[in-house]
Amino acid sequence: MNFSEVFKLSGLLCKFSPDGKYLASCVQYRLVVRDVHTLQILHLYTCLDQIQHIEWSADSLFILCAMYKRGQVQLRITVWSLCTKSVSYIKYPKACQQGVSFTRDGRYMALAERRDCQDHVSVFVCSDWQLLRHFDTETQDLAGIEWAPNGCVLAVWDTCLEYKVLLYSLDGRLLSAYCAYEWSLGVKSVAWSPSSQFLAIGSYDGKVRILNHVTWKMITEFGHPATINNPKIVVYKEAEKTPRLAPGRLAFPPPRAAAGVASPAETKYEIASVPVSLQTLKPVADRANPKIGIGALAFSPDSYFLATRSDSVPNAVWIWDIQKLRLFVVLEQLSPVRSFQWDPQQPRLAICTGGGKVYLWSPAGCVSVQVPGEGDFQVLSLCWHLNGDSLALLSKDHFCLCFLETEDRVGTAFGRPGDHT
Amino acid sequence: MGEWMTVTDPDLSSDSKNICQYTSETKMSPSSLYSQQVLCSSIPLSKNVHSFFSAFCTEENIEQSVSYLDQELTTFGFPSLYEESKGKDTKRELNIVAVLNCMNELLVLQRKNLLAQENVETQNLKLGSDMDHLQNCYAKLKEQLETSRREMIGLQERDRQLQCKNRNLHQLLKNEKDEVQKLQNIIASRATQYNHDMKRKEREYNKLKERLHQLVMNKKDKKIAMEVLNYVGRADGKRGSWRTGKTEASFFLRNEDEMYKILLNDYEYRQKQILMENAELKKVLQQMKKEMISLLSPQKQKPRERADDSTGTVISDAEEDAGELSRESMWDLSCETVREQLTNSIRKQWRILKSHVEKLDNQVSKVHLEGFNDEDVISRQDHEQETEKLELEIQQCKEMIKTQQQLLQQLATACDDDTTSLLRDCYLLEEKERLKEEWSLFREQKKNFEKERRSFTEAAIRLGLERKAFEEERASWLKQQFLNMTTFDHQNSENVKLFSAFSGSSDRDSLTMHSRPRQKKPQNMSNGSPVCTSKLTKSLPASPSTSDFCQTRSCASEHSSVNVLNITPEETKPNQVGRECANQKWSMASRPESQEGCYSGCSLTYTNSHVEKDDLP
Repeated sequence: MNFSEVFKLSGLLCKFSPDGKYLASCVQYRLVVRDVHTLQILHLYTCLDQIQHIEWSADSLFILCAMYKRGQVQLRITVWSLCTKSVSYIKYPKACQQGVSFTRDGRYMALAERRDCQDHVSVFVCSDWQLLRHFDTETQDLAGIEWAPNGCVLAVWDTCLEYKVLLYSLDGRLLSAYCAYEWSLGVKSVAWSPSSQFLAIGSYDGKVRILNHVTWKMITEFGHPATINNPKIVVYKEAEKTPRLAPGRLAFPPPRAAAGVASPAETKYEIASVPVSLQTLKPVADRANPKIGIGALAFSPDSYFLATRSDSVPNAVWIWDIQKLRLFVVLEQLSPVRSFQWDPQQPRLAICTGGGKVYLWSPAGCVSVQVPGEGDFQVLSLCWHLNGDSLALLSKDHFCLCFLETEDRVGTAFGRPGDHT
Repeated sequence: MGEWMTVTDPDLSSDSKNICQYTSETKMSPSSLYSQQVLCSSIPLSKNVHSFFSAFCTEENIEQSVSYLDQELTTFGFPSLYEESKGKDTKRELNIVAVLNCMNELLVLQRKNLLAQENVETQNLKLGSDMDHLQNCYAKLKEQLETSRREMIGLQERDRQLQCKNRNLHQLLKNEKDEVQKLQNIIASRATQYNHDMKRKEREYNKLKERLHQLVMNKKDKKIAMEVLNYVGRADGKRGSWRTGKTEASFFLRNEDEMYKILLNDYEYRQKQILMENAELKKVLQQMKKEMISLLSPQKQKPRERADDSTGTVISDAEEDAGELSRESMWDLSCETVREQLTNSIRKQWRILKSHVEKLDNQVSKVHLEGFNDEDVISRQDHEQETEKLELEIQQCKEMIKTQQQLLQQLATACDDDTTSLLRDCYLLEEKERLKEEWSLFREQKKNFEKERRSFTEAAIRLGLERKAFEEERASWLKQQFLNMTTFDHQNSENVKLFSAFSGSSDRDSLTMHSRPRQKKPQNMSNGSPVCTSKLTKSLPASPSTSDFCQTRSCASEHSSVNVLNITPEETKPNQVGRECANQKWSMASRPESQEGCYSGCSLTYTNSHVEKDDLP
């Protein structure tokens, strides 16, 4: 595992182009486009104001930079054609958690709308922005919509005050409605499996429920208990490495003390023996957005694994085996998990906790890697390169790339099960 | 005791009454008291009888006494003391014989009475003690009764309390339920109210929004609006197909078509998958059926011979079915007919198989009971004896080795001696070399002995377990059958992704097993990747934690490998079977005779070397 040098960054704005050739990053009002392999600057654009959002075009030929400060209030969606002078307007968009969703092939866009105190969903054909379907949804206050990866089913979920998930066909038929319980805070996060076979719903009761694509009924329910008793479950616990005292190098003052504040101790994973009790956070009941429930969900690209984070057990990442429908591994970090993302190519999960380390898990094991460099590089976010060879680590002011593979992928650190060497 | 008295009183009084009756009958008898005393008194009193009688009868009152006695006796039913008078005037004479008879009778009576008295007394005593005992018992029981009564009262009290508590709890539960109901109602009403409020607010908000919109629109200057400065030409040179008023209807239709096409494709894809899955399952069923039939056909003669009506007919049915179903065309028939036939036949087959297995089980248990009568199976006792013998031999050999070691050591020490050392200086090196060689030879022999011993004990255990192995073999055979089916399933699961997601993922586990050899890989990483050798990227040496990374990796992989073993017990089973087979072969090779032969050979060489040793000094 190798690291590139550290580059400047602002606003955590760093994105690989969809074709994997370029890397765009923002520093205040400058947009820098680099080559992914050489990291040489290919282009440097200067904008009029601080960039607040960037987005690559699907063909990697264009980048959009948004400066919201220079925008203008408009209560509609405007679609500009980049080829012709055509402009389309879509009225009544709903401002919610996830109000717009494109199908993976880019053919259709579903939009959540609100008119006359009633939620609606409109499905547009993206080629000509024609309204294909328009239907009202039986939701109190729609919170999000998301297409299944195959683009044939739209999942719609209600506000957190009510547990309700509705599934619509592309032609607007209601396929199924699912409600696990009533009178309690409901859905917190939703994720489709890449195979479109499963819909995982994380809720405020600390459980993930998995619906199947045939009957749209629940297959299983994954609870997130704070104690793990099953000896079949591997619990990796991050632990500070005990400083190895090499007698020859013993110096005064101890070098650790000098560098102690700047670079915290290195850590490693230990396999905890069951039963293991995980650190839990007692939620504050009288505040909005309580720290309970499943805050993050992600399927591995092959749909074999599901990674979840329960907000009441902030230090742990739970990895579930979807084939056997049971808990597989639990990683307990020393600090709360900020984000995690699956390698797009293989079941390999990268985790960051806002510290100077990046953590990787694969079915073969897991590892904690210190990001080298002077000063503290606090990894707040990370994103994988398309081919899973490298990983961009983002801190507040900097970013760097982490290279995981050698050129021919033989010396891969985490062998994909089934690969032949 | 007082109580006792009261209880016995009535008897005493009745006794005394009887006595009173007696006395009343005797009338005016001066000796009535005495007679009474005599009746009641104990033996010592009788000593005084004489003196009493002497007082009773004197020289003067013989006549009177006699007459009195006569009277008395006659009243008691004794014959008269006087002779029968022939005349009235004649004075009646005392009949001595009668007197004596009377006396004798009286004495007999007296003795009897005394005996009776004694009996009565003993009985009385017995009864007294009985009474005592009963008294005790009674007291005890009374106490017990009291305590149990008290206990009962306590229990009743507790019961009452518990009932009270229960009632309270019921009440509480009811209250809670009411509360829950109430709260739910409140929540519901709040929810409706909230929704209502929300709607109101939203309407207001919408109004405001519209207002804002109007304001913005009014103020709007065309120049503020976003515009595309430079239009991009499409790569293919075409102009974008944007919606226009005229073609809207046709566009719409085209879009609809496309949408339905997509949906149709999806459904077709899914149907195909389901069909494939069905086909696979059918295949599996068919294979299972075939195997069952082939398995059961050799056995079918037996049940028929036995005229086992049910199984016999079932088998013949199954055969017919098999004949029908084996035709490939059957598989293309619609689901219902095939499914019914297939499931029925499979069910039948399964029943037969089950009964067969049960039969086998019975046989096994029978064999178990009968013990080993087969000649080719060596009895356990023989084995034990053999092992004991061999162990003894090994022990002896060990002792020999020890003595030889001692001798060698002595030799070595002897070599240290100055004079001898001087003398043997020239030979020493050579001899040492030889000694070393021999020493290693001995070591090896010792090791061999031990190995052989171990193996033989194992063999003994093995052979003892041969019966078990038979059972296991059968079980493994069944398992093999089952596994074959499942593996068949797995092979095809790749084709059916849908199916594979749910099917047991043993193949995946095996994949993780395969991946283990890659554990050493991380070491390669420290070589540094050429990716970072470009000018801009300062390729930093592998991070300090790479070495550690290896550690964790190995640690983790260890765990995962363990995990793999744990997860799939079915997987490990075939290995076990294999190992058993190997063991069997091995045990065949190491029959006790051959073992012995080997041992004797070894000991021979051993002794030879020993002799050589002796020659050494």
